[in-house]
Amino acid sequence: MSSPTTRVTTRAMTRVIPRTVSGRVGLALLLLVVLIALTGTWFAPHDPNRTLAAPYTPPSGRLPLGADFLGRDVLSRVLSGGRSVLLYSGLATLLAYAGGLTIGLVAGYSRSWLDSVLMRVVDVLLSFPALVFLLLLATAAGRGIGSVVIASAVVQLPPIARIVKTAALEQSVRGYVEAAVARGESTFSVLRREILPNISRTLAADIGLRFTWSVLLIASVNFLGLGLQPPAADWGLMVSENRGGAALNPSAMLIPAALLGVLTLAINLLGDDMSGGDR
Amino acid sequence: MSRRPPGSPSRTAHGPLTRSGFLSSHPLALMAIRRVAAGVVTLLILSVLVFAAASVLPGDAASAILGKQATGQALADLRHRMGLDQSIPVQYWHWLTGLLHGDLGDSAAGFASGGQVSVWSQVSGKLGDSAVLALCAFVPIAVVSVLLGVYSALRAGRWQDHLISVTTLVPSALPEFVLGTVLLAVFFGWLDVLPPVSVVAPGSSPLATPSVLVLPVLTLVGVTAGPAARMVRAGMLEALGADTVAVARLNGIAEGRVVRRYALRNAIAPSIQVFALVAQYLVGGLLIVEYLFGYPGIGKELVDAVSIHDNAEVQSVTMLLAAFYIATTIVADLAVMVAVPKLRTGAA
Repeated sequence: MSSPTTRVTTRAMTRVIPRTVSGRVGLALLLLVVLIALTGTWFAPHDPNRTLAAPYTPPSGRLPLGADFLGRDVLSRVLSGGRSVLLYSGLATLLAYAGGLTIGLVAGYSRSWLDSVLMRVVDVLLSFPALVFLLLLATAAGRGIGSVVIASAVVQLPPIARIVKTAALEQSVRGYVEAAVARGESTFSVLRREILPNISRTLAADIGLRFTWSVLLIASVNFLGLGLQPPAADWGLMVSENRGGAALNPSAMLIPAALLGVLTLAINLLGDDMSGGDR
Repeated sequence: MSRRPPGSPSRTAHGPLTRSGFLSSHPLALMAIRRVAAGVVTLLILSVLVFAAASVLPGDAASAILGKQATGQALADLRHRMGLDQSIPVQYWHWLTGLLHGDLGDSAAGFASGGQVSVWSQVSGKLGDSAVLALCAFVPIAVVSVLLGVYSALRAGRWQDHLISVTTLVPSALPEFVLGTVLLAVFFGWLDVLPPVSVVAPGSSPLATPSVLVLPVLTLVGVTAGPAARMVRAGMLEALGADTVAVARLNGIAEGRVVRRYALRNAIAPSIQVFALVAQYLVGGLLIVEYLFGYPGIGKELVDAVSIHDNAEVQSVTMLLAAFYIATTIVADLAVMVAVPKLRTGAA
């Protein structure tokens, strides 16, 4: 259980339309949530930060999903609250990959001491719950979403570097790499023009899994109140803020929770499809 | 009929005989010593990282507690009492040797309220409450995952298998707090049969009011049982595909006996690993679930300590959790060696 989902094979990314029914359901759900998250703000009927009614007003004609704990329109906040989920998770994944790719390529190609250092770091990281590590790093960097993004990138960097390293190592002994070296290509050029294109499909499949991880980690930290701060509209934060209204207006916490759930479920379904089911 | 499955090596084949003395004849003890040593090294590296992370913050805890109006004298005084006037390596050394003696240091929150409160007195009761919750979640997770995993392996590819994998996929794909929120809305908001906040009176056991445990446990079981069952299923499938099972079947042994005697026994080792992973997962899971339901455990305590920047407590609690994490791995590996005689001779 090194990662929550199963390993993904390389041929997966060549298909755009998933093979299995569950994979197609996953893709459809993913597109739906991404669409809501990216374009939602434009359709928000009210200002997401304005108090319009009494706290936890149940759904009515004017406020289709009711009001939250400060009397703000839940629908508008839900429509505006997905962008940050995708943005920060995407940013964390990108950062983690930028670092992991560089370190992994160099470690795999040069087969130097960097490799054994990398292994030790991964071992230490695996001896620790990722969320606790994230909290620790966030403590060190001070509160706020910036340090959470950086921390979740740091947590994921070593495992990524290890995957890249393994893939690069496998390629670096192939004939075409030796030919490139013999032609006198520079190390940078060998890495970028020869090895990278040949491991890109493995990596493309892995990025999806890392993104799920980022969504889970960052949403959880936001839920714990240690990431994005009020009055930001964010699905994770909204679930946390509106827990008190479970009896009066449950939709204030249920709708953002459901959207986050659909997002993670969709990526899981897609990942299973790419890895060829769980056989 | 032999008690041992055919094909497993005899107990007399010991490891390399070149090594002399007690350890060579007790590969399990040798392995245990090695693993514990490696665990201690990992913990030491971690302690440096953890201490560095908690100390790198700009400004120090003393000025954070006293605020901007503090006089130089009061500040120096408090810094002295908190040990902040010493150099970082000295502070680290104090903290580390304290940990080894079971002294987790003094909580910054305690200094803030004027007194001196040890971290241990803050967290000891909460550790107990968390242990109760973790155990209450662990037992059903173990039972459910073994039952579902073995059953779906025996029905692999049929509708029962698919039904189990689909129904467990949905809850296990959700973040803990999402599943917990849904359960909260159903059992408190809609049915109104369970409390939304797990209030446990100080000094009393959560077992005195079992209803506060139900929602946290349900959440943890829902998220974990699916992946755990999947792994048990994989282990059981592998055991069912082994030569020993095929030979036993060809010998005309009844299928029920084949499953119990040959397949299940070989599925024990991978299952132990699954249980260890579940126990480790629970450390992170407790953080979220305790915060969600306001359960007064170590996870909520850590989140609170992080949010008020009580570094002394964050450091020590983090090390406690890491020690538990590493100990679980070691215990599981040794348990696997005890359960699988083959590994006892080969690995050491």
